[in-house]
Amino acid sequence: MTHIGMVYSRGRVEEKMLQEAAQRQGVQFTAVQDDTLILDLDPGALPFDAVLERSVSTTRGLYVLKFCGAHGIPAINRHAVAAACADKTETSLKLRRAGVPTPRTKVAFEQESALAALDQLGYPAVIKPTTGSWARMVARVDSRREAEQILEHRSELPNPVQQVYYLQEYVNKLGAAGEPTLHRDLRAFVVGDETIAAIWRNSPHWITNTARGGKASVCPVTPELHDLCQRAAAAVGGGVLALDLMETSAGLVCHEINHTMEFRNSVAPTGVDIPGKIIEYCVRQAKA
Amino acid sequence: MSQTILETAPLECPECAARLAITPTLAGEVLDCRGCGAELEVVSLTPLLVQLAPHAEEDWGE
Ligand SMILES: Nc1ncnc2c1ncn2[C@@H]1O[C@H](COP(=O)(O)OP(=O)(O)O)[C@@H](O)[C@H]1O
Ligand SMILES: [Mg+2]
Ligand SMILES: [Zn+2]
Repeated sequence: MTHIGMVYSRGRVEEKMLQEAAQRQGVQFTAVQDDTLILDLDPGALPFDAVLERSVSTTRGLYVLKFCGAHGIPAINRHAVAAACADKTETSLKLRRAGVPTPRTKVAFEQESALAALDQLGYPAVIKPTTGSWARMVARVDSRREAEQILEHRSELPNPVQQVYYLQEYVNKLGAAGEPTLHRDLRAFVVGDETIAAIWRNSPHWITNTARGGKASVCPVTPELHDLCQRAAAAVGGGVLALDLMETSAGLVCHEINHTMEFRNSVAPTGVDIPGKIIEYCVRQAKA
Repeated sequence: MSQTILETAPLECPECAARLAITPTLAGEVLDCRGCGAELEVVSLTPLLVQLAPHAEEDWGE
């Protein structure tokens, strides 16, 4: 019988739902907290047919996946995929190379060069950390003056990765008809070659993350959306992925791909058993 | 015997002392106190122990 191991940090709603889905499907399932893990150069620490990585810490998750790769344990997601998603710069490079529409983006390391890059992009623009999530430190700058302030603050942060300035054109997101004050973007869930569900995230703020209060509503998965999602997912290597997209007057653009997605707010509006689909995928990926 | 008392005593929110009626199945389970809204984390299943959940670290996320 297939034995799935879930490596996790915190038993959030998602991890509980995954555990319940495995129980419902009669899949042998062991949850291992990353706090307790002792990884070893030789196999044995992860005695599973497949590992579902759900660490809330990106760093820990990537290390766990390195071991899975080295020991030949199928992992959801593979280390290379997670690494491509964990760093927005790498995601953007891969999307561009695959010809997937993505916002104009530049990277700079110094305040001066970042300001010059922003002049090239034009204002408003968005400054993001190249690694990070939940919209932490994602800032819109409407002028050079605002950019100077943000960059000044960022330049004092201790972690050198925080001085990798990921700079992006501000995309005017098309909203819902008749809702001129609401911003929205689109989150699509890809599991292997299926686009299992999609939601719009609606918010009075231009940042629409549900972790920041964006409200989910169901978005139909059209053939066009499915096709774009499959190309974007393939660009980073595929797996169980949550794609962030924006609707523009020129069509959809993909700005981010997440490799340990949150989905608690998406099951009810879409009616799709997202955790169930993830567990089924893990079983399909497992060692025979 | 203090051990036994600890294990059978009803679980309380460390923030507001409201009773927590929970049966967690995962160590590290996160829950919100219905009394005060504090985010709590189950730090141990046996014995059942909860603590205020830690603040998010810089690299936490999706
Ligand atoms: N270039 C942009 N133009 C307009 N809105 C954006 C842009 N980039 C991000 N956003 C908004 O901010 C949110 C968070 O940005 P995102 O790149 O997904 O970072 P995070 O990893 O923190 O979720 C997006 O979901 C979207 O609503
Ligand atoms: Mg995002
Ligand atoms: Zn409380």
